Amino acid sequence: MDYQTLQVIWFLLVTVLFIGFFFLEGFDYGVGILLPFIGKNDVERRVVINTIGPHWDGNEVWLLTAGGAIFAAFPHWYATLFSGFYLALFVILFALIARGVAFEFRSKDDNLLWRKTWDYAIFFGSFVPALLWGVAFANIVRGVPIDANMTYTGDFFGLLNPYALLGGLVTLTLFTLHGAIFLSLKTDGIVRERSEMWAKRIWLPVVILALSFVAYSFVETDLFARDSNIIQVFSVALAVIGLLFVGYNVFLKPRFALAFVGTGVTIVAVVVWLFSGLFPRVMPSTLEGLDLTIYNASSSEYTLGVMTLIALFFVPIVVAYQGWSYWVFRKRVTTSSHLEY
Amino acid sequence: MVDGILKDYAMDIITLSRLQFAITTLYHYIFVPLTLGLVIIVAVMQTQYVRTGDEKYKRMTKFWGKLFLINFAMGVVTGIVQEFQFGMNWSEYSRFVGDVFGAPLAVEALMAFFIESTFLGLWIFGWDKLPKRVHLASIWIVAIASNISAFWILTANSFMQNPVGYELVVNKTGQVRAQMVDFFALLQNNYLWHQFPHVFVSGLLTGAFFVIAISAYRLARVNNDAEKQIFMSSIRYGFAFGLTAIIFTVWTGHSQAQYLAIHQPMKLAVAEGLWESEDPAGLSLFQIGDEAGRNSLFNIRFPWLLSVLAFDTPSGMVYGINELNEMYREKYSNSAWFFERLNYQAFDGNIEDLQRIYDERYGSFFADADFVPQPLWMTYWSFRAMVGAGTLMAVLALIGLWKTYRGSLIGSQRFLKWLPYAIVLPFLANGTGWLLTELGRQPWIVQGLMRTEQGISLNLGVTELLISLIGFTLLYGVLLVAEFYLLWKFGREGNGEAILKGVDSDTPAKDVSLQGAY
Repeated sequence: MDYQTLQVIWFLLVTVLFIGFFFLEGFDYGVGILLPFIGKNDVERRVVINTIGPHWDGNEVWLLTAGGAIFAAFPHWYATLFSGFYLALFVILFALIARGVAFEFRSKDDNLLWRKTWDYAIFFGSFVPALLWGVAFANIVRGVPIDANMTYTGDFFGLLNPYALLGGLVTLTLFTLHGAIFLSLKTDGIVRERSEMWAKRIWLPVVILALSFVAYSFVETDLFARDSNIIQVFSVALAVIGLLFVGYNVFLKPRFALAFVGTGVTIVAVVVWLFSGLFPRVMPSTLEGLDLTIYNASSSEYTLGVMTLIALFFVPIVVAYQGWSYWVFRKRVTTSSHLEY
Repeated sequence: MVDGILKDYAMDIITLSRLQFAITTLYHYIFVPLTLGLVIIVAVMQTQYVRTGDEKYKRMTKFWGKLFLINFAMGVVTGIVQEFQFGMNWSEYSRFVGDVFGAPLAVEALMAFFIESTFLGLWIFGWDKLPKRVHLASIWIVAIASNISAFWILTANSFMQNPVGYELVVNKTGQVRAQMVDFFALLQNNYLWHQFPHVFVSGLLTGAFFVIAISAYRLARVNNDAEKQIFMSSIRYGFAFGLTAIIFTVWTGHSQAQYLAIHQPMKLAVAEGLWESEDPAGLSLFQIGDEAGRNSLFNIRFPWLLSVLAFDTPSGMVYGINELNEMYREKYSNSAWFFERLNYQAFDGNIEDLQRIYDERYGSFFADADFVPQPLWMTYWSFRAMVGAGTLMAVLALIGLWKTYRGSLIGSQRFLKWLPYAIVLPFLANGTGWLLTELGRQPWIVQGLMRTEQGISLNLGVTELLISLIGFTLLYGVLLVAEFYLLWKFGREGNGEAILKGVDSDTPAKDVSLQGAY
């Protein structure tokens, strides 16, 4: 394989890792966000948390792997993005730390204040990153000021523009919907009823926000103005169809397994849309001619080659055993289940 | 950027970034070694349970497993910060070494993190969902994957200590970076093969002393036979693992010091507080040094002993701080050393321009620079604290094993009473060990290639750094209190009742008053 092919492969691989991350961590952020609204007493809250108990950690590793892959394959992308979005990433890290510890700690003491504190940590620890990932990605596709040293020259507040905030609301609500549907599938009784109700309640806001975001993207980005925009148009269409399919299977003919496929398709399609709109850039610069691309940000041919072999070997294995772990815990969690968290 | 500007900018930002890196790394490393070691001990206990069917081992597995999990969560979440902050605070470093350094981090995630987290989930939630042997296999997989992940992290760290398998390349536009030319050279890095075994066995040692200390606490207060049985059995495991681990820890530590004598002489000289080169060199036991004057004010020493430790013979030159510093000052006084090593194949610009830009940017970090890791006293005393803690653990494990063998452990109330305090020893040794490793490498971020100041992100402000530094420190402080509280609660009471019945100890809270809590 030649150098350019390898660079494209790694761009695709990073895309795949973010697809995995948003698909999986998407619903477990949603579950965390819905925790206070669906779990009305402690047992119900434990049921809610236990639906993602065996999985949240493995889901989060998709993010770590995406980070590691960007570092290894596109060091300049990693360096520019992580230093440029410094405070935003600090807030995300802060939230993820509190959230992860909360899962493990909350049920290990029955003091009410203790549990309430950790429940808040789970809620905010899910809410904040669900919002900020959208803000971050919207900023990436919109372009940020990057100078000739490949260094971000804007500030934190520059990231909080209306377009990016709208992007944040899209991921926030989309993940919440994804989580509500996941909970409808994984629980029973009153918890299930409330989850289904939340799925119905949040569907329309997701559709409105998503469509506005697509429309806003016409104005604010060049996502649709690229030379070949077939993939972008196709994936946006797929995302919308996904949402309509969700609506059909939530309202008209309640089949939540299919609705889950629907939110899944939407998430995948959105990631594909954004990444294909970027390609071959990884971080467009608002300053002329200073885009980071897969060509000027990547590692050497040798490193990409070695990493490709390793990734092609391990990624299928990872998918296989993670899939198996979902199979092992496929049963619904109920108030009479053995609850660990 | 003009020389002075970068230097002024850099000082505050660098100090704050280094402080943040030190705090987050040392904090992360409170949990990691305990995870690495304790999981093996838990896996061995569960193996005993599956082999013998004896309920005692199941209870032990559950009890220690619970403490393991409380600790594991902290290790995981603080690990995310570790991966991110190279890019956040040290982005120029990331650009310079990413081609080499990023790979082991990515492989770690792909090869170890995924396995660890998925199979831990299966283990926690799978007690009655998986066949016994598959469930046992899950904890072993977690144990192996955790230690593999340590291996990859240390592969990356070893590159900072002893860069191998790379060449320095200038690209078309004049960017210089280290590029990997031999992946297997990274894996065969001698530094790695001295460091990884040391980290592995010291993890085991940490797990063992954790088990010893808590078991001793419980045994001193034991009031029923079933509980006594569990903690006697546990402490026996602790002493056996502890003694084995300390023997290997000393051995691997010794070989690491011998390696340093040749490959990182400055680190050894600073760790030993050796100001002037000596042959044979004496070993300093206690020293009050004069950092500004670069000599010692008061020093108790064993003649020859340092040469014996370094070379296994009572003679042999050990280089001192002052001579090494002079050597480095001479070598690095101008950037010729750097430009001699570059591969210019892809570069079509003017080499002299390239050198001029480099000198403008970084010249001030090298001209008249000092190559002594500071603060000196911290490295020197870290080394002594580590060795001291290790020695104490060796003695305690020996006495403990002997008493257990003689059957007099339960009767030794005083020993049991003091033993719980030994829980701080492995953590002290782990923390100071890392301080020694990382401080001793200064002022380099990559030994002999890039100074720490050169690696800093170019866009950070003091305000941002203060926010993150204070934020992380506060959060970490609160979490540490919560973690100690839980470990204390479960370790001390361990739900004696519940554990002994072999049932789980998590209980739902009383619901009534929670209604409408949100």
